[in-house]
Amino acid sequence: MEYTLYILLLPALSFLLLALAGMKMGHRTAGLIGTLSLAIVAVLSWWAAAEYFTMPRQADGTLAALRPYNVEWLPFTDTLHIDMGILVDPLSVLMLVVVSTVSLMVHIYSFGYMKGERGFQRYYAFLSLFTFAMLGLVVATNIFQMYVFWELVGVSSYLLIGFYYTKPEAIAASKKAFIVTRFADLGFLIGILIYGYVLGTYDFSPSEQSLMQGGLMMPAALGLMFVGGAGKSAMFPLHIWLPDAMEGPTPVSALIHAATMVVAGVYQVARLFPIYIGFAPQTLHMIVAVGAFTAFYAATVACVQTDIKRVLAFSTISQIGFMMVALGVCTSADPHEGGLGYMASMYHLFTHAMFKALLFLGAGSIIHAVHSNEMSTMGGLHKYMPVTHITFLIACLAIAGIPPFSGFFSKDEILAACFRYSDVVGWVMTVIAGMTAFYMFRLYYGIFWGKENKALHEAHRPHESPFVMTFPLLFLALVTCVAGFIPFGHFVSSDGTIYDIHIEPSVAAVSIIVAVVAILLATGMYFRERQPVAVMLQRRFPRLHEAAYRRFYMDEVWLFVTKRIIFRWVSRPLAWFDRHVIDQFFNFTAWGANATAEEIQPMQSGNIQSYTIWFFVGIIGIALFMLAF
Amino acid sequence: MNILSLFVLIPLLMLLALWLARGVKGVRGVMVVGASALLALAVWLTFAYLQWRRGGAGEEMFLTDSLMWYAPLHICYAVGVDGISVVMLLLSAIIVFTGTFASWRLQPMTKEYFLWFTLLSLGVLGFFISTDLFTMFMFYEVALIPMYLLIGVWGSGRKEYAAMKLTLMLMGGSAFLLIGILGIYYGAGAETMNVLELAKAHIPAEVQHIFFPLVFLGFGVLGALFPFHTWSPDGHASAPTAVSMLHAGVLMKLGGYGCFRVAMYLMPEGAAMWGDVFLILTTISVVYGAFSAVVQTDLKYINAYSSVSHCGLVLFALLMMTRVSCTGAILQMLSHGLMTALFFALIGMIYGRTHTRDIRQLRGLMKIMPFLAVGYVVAGLANLGLPGLSGFVAEMTVFVGSFENADVFHRTCTIIATTSIVITAVYILRVVGRILYGTCTNEAHLKLTDATWDERVAVICLIAAVAGLGLAPWWVSDMINVSVDPIVSRVASLLTFNDGVSVVCSDLSRMMAEWAGCAGAML
Repeated sequence: MEYTLYILLLPALSFLLLALAGMKMGHRTAGLIGTLSLAIVAVLSWWAAAEYFTMPRQADGTLAALRPYNVEWLPFTDTLHIDMGILVDPLSVLMLVVVSTVSLMVHIYSFGYMKGERGFQRYYAFLSLFTFAMLGLVVATNIFQMYVFWELVGVSSYLLIGFYYTKPEAIAASKKAFIVTRFADLGFLIGILIYGYVLGTYDFSPSEQSLMQGGLMMPAALGLMFVGGAGKSAMFPLHIWLPDAMEGPTPVSALIHAATMVVAGVYQVARLFPIYIGFAPQTLHMIVAVGAFTAFYAATVACVQTDIKRVLAFSTISQIGFMMVALGVCTSADPHEGGLGYMASMYHLFTHAMFKALLFLGAGSIIHAVHSNEMSTMGGLHKYMPVTHITFLIACLAIAGIPPFSGFFSKDEILAACFRYSDVVGWVMTVIAGMTAFYMFRLYYGIFWGKENKALHEAHRPHESPFVMTFPLLFLALVTCVAGFIPFGHFVSSDGTIYDIHIEPSVAAVSIIVAVVAILLATGMYFRERQPVAVMLQRRFPRLHEAAYRRFYMDEVWLFVTKRIIFRWVSRPLAWFDRHVIDQFFNFTAWGANATAEEIQPMQSGNIQSYTIWFFVGIIGIALFMLAF
Repeated sequence: MNILSLFVLIPLLMLLALWLARGVKGVRGVMVVGASALLALAVWLTFAYLQWRRGGAGEEMFLTDSLMWYAPLHICYAVGVDGISVVMLLLSAIIVFTGTFASWRLQPMTKEYFLWFTLLSLGVLGFFISTDLFTMFMFYEVALIPMYLLIGVWGSGRKEYAAMKLTLMLMGGSAFLLIGILGIYYGAGAETMNVLELAKAHIPAEVQHIFFPLVFLGFGVLGALFPFHTWSPDGHASAPTAVSMLHAGVLMKLGGYGCFRVAMYLMPEGAAMWGDVFLILTTISVVYGAFSAVVQTDLKYINAYSSVSHCGLVLFALLMMTRVSCTGAILQMLSHGLMTALFFALIGMIYGRTHTRDIRQLRGLMKIMPFLAVGYVVAGLANLGLPGLSGFVAEMTVFVGSFENADVFHRTCTIIATTSIVITAVYILRVVGRILYGTCTNEAHLKLTDATWDERVAVICLIAAVAGLGLAPWWVSDMINVSVDPIVSRVASLLTFNDGVSVVCSDLSRMMAEWAGCAGAML
């Protein structure tokens, strides 16, 4: 599978080309270079998937992990070194397919969305950079390579969020995204340092013996690494950057902040899953708590947001919470015994990437038509934008968990895994799934039905987007319709063996009923022009509504920590201390030397008499001193 | 003649040619030819060294040579290079070359400026090729003095004050250093000044315990060791562009290099005893510099404090005394040298246009001077440790190396030091967000032009070097690794990293007792 190298090289080359020569190119050429290279990458990725999954299985029923490339990049000691390589195993192949497909769709879509935009070439250059980094991350052969690309992904996200660099909100959002994830990455880095120290390797599959010796260090290392993952995957309380990241161009939100980069944390946990299960199950179960709380928190906030991209952002956070929970509820590596969650999580990662990218691209199409993110400027758009409407509806049904759309199948597996772990977790996640259906249909009705902003739409009639934008919508909608019928367990499962997905009737029935009830509730509240129940609820609980709308003041808390504590109570005093204590001390010594010189200068008067006096004083002084001893 | 002497000879010839040169064109011609020759020589030396190592050479130093200079004190003109000095020479040559272009249009007294500039380079290059303590010291002083004039005459702001402060503080350091050097010389039996031979001679432990801190502090002042770093913000802020580049890029590296090659190499027992004390200071440097940089408003101050933090990391890594961490320290010197030179070059270019370095008055430069702005972003990303640029490679090597020390004290220091990567991101992105992004409202700034060709040469060369090191770190790392070994193995054998803090306490008390004893004996 030597050609996998080109999957990495092409986006890198396209980035270099566009970065160095992009300014001299026309928009069309630049876009074509980026898109064509990505098209080749996508074809190669699908080819690799087809070739890999049809390979003959090993005796124990798993597919062999291949390493077509692995070179030493930065040596530390004989055993510790950062390698750069390509790992081909079920997990990385799955991610290759997800990343390259969504990225290709976003590349095509951006032709229409970013048309005529200043910095078009720069945009495509950054997209290529991001794709390169993300692909490098998913094929990493060792934890340090993952970290290297992890940081690169972070920076390309920073650059893309800040794409509209004259907009103050975009600048602030990009900075926030980078710094929050950097802060989390500190945990990742320390985790890696412990990992390397204890195991003597950065490889994903260290020797059994060294793992046994690790003792309590392993849960600590994995827990710290998870902090990094939680930062990237926007787990509470490190989620604050993701809603703000919506300041970036919408296709970027679809690619980075919905489908690929934000699931890096999930991927990281999945990648280290064998170690988690074997040597740090307690850390894994801690992840359940984090994931479940995040999913619940984000779902609550999503119910009251009015900016459509914010609703989608919180829904992303909530869905990633689902994936984390699914990984966390695993109790063994055997998919039949308690490892179902792993498969469910990866399945949901795949289906979510497709329908969430579809939702974001649909949102982009809407924003393109009405030139605003606010729900108040929309309503009744189904008349104007049929394609966007239908594809958006498909995605909403998928995320709400209505069969036969893909989301139903993956979410059902997650819920089944949760119920196997404990009933409490199972019911909690079912309720959150219901909330998901509710807020998604609130969004859907708010955009396409409900109260239409007629004044605005008459002044500027919304129109359906061009084909270059609707094609990706149609494609992703198609994937969303059929992805549920993929025998996913044949490709990815917790121990690599074949697992046949079977729907558990009781779990499926409950989840469908909950989803339908939630959708009906949303229909009752938001479908019509007049929405008395919604208004009444908002009037009745103003505090709660305000708190949820302001995201339960998490941003304020963080602002307090950074602005108050770091700036005002640490940095400022330190800088003051530096200038007024340390520096003044040295100035004082200089002044002291000067002053002393001034003082003793009169002694050098040139007056022989006074010299003689001092001479004799000195003689007598020395004589007395010698006498005394 | 030893080929290394060319590193001194070329600057000498340049001085002569500059003296004879007529007109700005002539001066520029001499500088470009000379700096290119130095760069070519350094590149050649790197390849020659690699070839030599690949040939299986086991000796510590390449191209060694010694020439008796003053027999009664055993002062020789002794030269020789190992992997560490080769990369330092390469770094210096790159910075001299780019510095020449960065001060292409400097006015007035162009000729005098370049004369001092060349003299400064001579000192730096001479220092790195020397293996004799006395010649090392001499070149060190040669590098310090021109700084005073360069800042005092061609500087900006409170230049006289800054120049005086910088010179006096560094001179104070070199006074300690001189005592330290004499201590080493006499401690080893007063028979040689050559570092390589001194390393073989045994210096009594008591002597090491007394003179190690003197030498380490002497060099540490130049390496911006807390609390002796305060010359750095004022000095950098007032210095002209190329001088800031050379100073932060190379001269501060003399500190780290000296600490390693002289203090730790010759006095391993002193290092074992004092290591933990200085480690606390360097840990403070790393975090303190980063936090102080967060609230600064002058671009050069931000960069100067950032240098305190990054150079602190150099000394920090050296004191961790493992093979990997010391390799990391050298990599960090190289990386910091390149990226800080890039930073100062860009700040100088921006200042040359806008006449302000106050970040509150700059806005939206990305639209006005895209080339410089993009350069600034790259420099910033290198500084905050983006993989693919040099900073990442160096920092990771340092942290991995430091983590090999398994005791609580060293672990705590390492974890505190790692937090600096977050703070670095804060101050870098703050500046980038404030001065480059947004919309410029200042009428005067809107008319400014982007980089000229000479500025582009400087910026592109430095970016290429930063990216080169970041993308292909293995060969530099290998090169340094081998050379670090003989020094580290001497120190490491003496260390017992079990309970660092209690060792420090007992050492301190023992030292106090010793000093009291010494004082009593003297009376």
